[in-house]
Amino acid sequence: MGLLDKQFENGNIVITNVDNLLNWARLSSLWQMQFGLACCAIEMMAASASHYDMMRFGVIPRATPRQCDLMIVSGTVTLKMASRIKRLFDQMPEPRYVISMGSCSNCGGPYWEHGYHVLKGVDRIIPVDVYVPGCPPRPEALIEGVIKLQEKIRAHSLAKVKA
Amino acid sequence: MTFQEIADKLSAKFGQNILAIKSDVKPDPYILVSADSILEISKYLRDEENFDFLNSLSGVDLKGKLAAVYHISSLTSKDKIVIRVEVETANPTIPSVESIWKSANWHEREAFDLFGIVFSNHPDLRRILLPYDWEGHPLRKDYQVPEFYNGMKVPY
Amino acid sequence: MEIKSPISSTGKKLRTEEMIINMGPQHPSTHGVLRLELIVDGEIVNEVIPHLGYLHRCFEKHCEHMTNYQQVIPYVDRMDYVAAMNNELAYAIAVEKLLAIQIPERVDYIRVIMAELQRIASHLIAVGTYGIDIGAFTPFLYCFRDREKILDLFEITCGARLLYNYIWVGGLSHDLPTNFIPKTQSFIKEFRKTLKEVTDLLVYNEIFVKRTANIGVLPKDVAINYGCSGPMLRASGVDWDLRRDDPYSVYHKFDWKVIVGKGEVGTIGDCWDRNMVRVLEMEESLKIIEQAIVSIPEGNVQSAIPKRIRPNPGESYGRAESPRGELGFYVISDGTASPYRIKARSPAFVNLSVINEISRGSMIADLVAIMGSIDIVLGEVDR
Repeated sequence: MGLLDKQFENGNIVITNVDNLLNWARLSSLWQMQFGLACCAIEMMAASASHYDMMRFGVIPRATPRQCDLMIVSGTVTLKMASRIKRLFDQMPEPRYVISMGSCSNCGGPYWEHGYHVLKGVDRIIPVDVYVPGCPPRPEALIEGVIKLQEKIRAHSLAKVKA
Repeated sequence: MTFQEIADKLSAKFGQNILAIKSDVKPDPYILVSADSILEISKYLRDEENFDFLNSLSGVDLKGKLAAVYHISSLTSKDKIVIRVEVETANPTIPSVESIWKSANWHEREAFDLFGIVFSNHPDLRRILLPYDWEGHPLRKDYQVPEFYNGMKVPY
Repeated sequence: MEIKSPISSTGKKLRTEEMIINMGPQHPSTHGVLRLELIVDGEIVNEVIPHLGYLHRCFEKHCEHMTNYQQVIPYVDRMDYVAAMNNELAYAIAVEKLLAIQIPERVDYIRVIMAELQRIASHLIAVGTYGIDIGAFTPFLYCFRDREKILDLFEITCGARLLYNYIWVGGLSHDLPTNFIPKTQSFIKEFRKTLKEVTDLLVYNEIFVKRTANIGVLPKDVAINYGCSGPMLRASGVDWDLRRDDPYSVYHKFDWKVIVGKGEVGTIGDCWDRNMVRVLEMEESLKIIEQAIVSIPEGNVQSAIPKRIRPNPGESYGRAESPRGELGFYVISDGTASPYRIKARSPAFVNLSVINEISRGSMIADLVAIMGSIDIVLGEVDR
């Protein structure tokens, strides 16, 4: 990873630009909102457990939305729950990212045809950064989603204002 | 006790209110009773015959009629019985058996929510699974899925 | 709201009121999206009103539109996503009762092995997350480590870790692979050690006992009247297990005990008892798997799967013992290939209704312990 390779040859001085520094700080400690809806939540828990260990990427579960930057929407979003998800998303401070995990939150999943109470995809109410397909996606797939999000953050710049 | 023995006992005690004994329905035959008598029959089953466990209370839409099906069993004698009550869709009212088996409380709320069967004397009959401002009863056969709910598009 | 005046040393009367607090759909310890409305007087809970439906996925409506009874099985999986094999087994029993078909004995043995492995996996999640609710993080990691071994066994058989679509009406989708039996036997040897570790770490730990004994006591007659089943009913002292009392499949061929709560460190029917029943049931499941795995008969697991399922008009209620209780399916057929009505009687839905009765007068922290001991899965509660 960029910064720490400099090995402090210049006597404890590392020269970089603000963009790289901020992006590196943001992507190395994406605190996640502890928020599981349905079956994908079990795979998310398994991803945080010791076998797959998402914590080594800096992703720690936090209970309150005010202290986290990442919301992993894992599971089916129903119409009753949709207003709460919007409220939780609004409560997260910027910069905030959303990973839509599983096929139910990508597009409604197996319930797309006759589900009268299922919201067909969480991107109808909040903006999504990364979609992880699967029903449920394996923990490795979720970790790949987190890594893709990290690559996306690495490409951010303060000069380009996000709409 | 076999199905026929229970059916005979109920017919002997309640006579007119036992509308039909459908022993030809396979594999689980049921007893059709009138809506007004379901409370007395439930009390008799729980107190005299030891049917102390209500397995399930489901609503069924029979195209013109709505039905409530009661699966009751006994933990002591391991017997099982199925009772069915049918009412018209235009005015579906059935007395609640919540005072007999408390597990009927939530089952009846679910039947009201999804089918619209009104259970009289229920302590708290309101929707349980769908949002409180939802319109319609979804599991009826003639239900139309709404286009929008609170600004969100419902169909795919 | 009544105005109460506590005993006050200064002699002045203090006016108090009840507060309505929301333990909302997003909460670390509600095990999913469940909203509890608490009416509290300080820290003491006077009433708990659960609001469900945040995961209502219209399972019963989907069943009516399926063109084949086998197509319902992935939806049945997703109801209780933590114990998918048991769901599929209950559904297969209900539909096979309706069709009145005979299945090969090999299928029965494999179904029992899968159901008991799944029961162990589900109880591991229950015990592990219960530890987290109380505050102990380490048993969770131990439980999930062993659960990964069980999921490995499932993965080599049917390819999926969580939602299998394995037990079909009339048979199974795949036969056992050749390395299944040796792998299971080595798992059983390792798992007995983990069970002892979890018992030492968590169950008899003094803090855990203090937080769960004598909390949320569920008396026997209340449990039966409310329709509770499974470990909740057995922990209250009722000796009822569907695998022994309403036998299905080949459970009657094995030698195992039914665990009933005895009130070892508190009262019969408290939270500690419910947890202990689950821990001891894992050992009994191991016994069943050990006996089954050495006596699986030969056969073809797919020979009895009907090409076209078109039952005669009729109704059937089939039930099985899932890790949460009695899971029943009421299936009505009108003679066509699609089901007319399928109602799922889910144990977690019925078990949850008792929460108001058992948590009156407890503190909010105790309410968290009670919720964890009921072991609900919201997919099943809301269907």
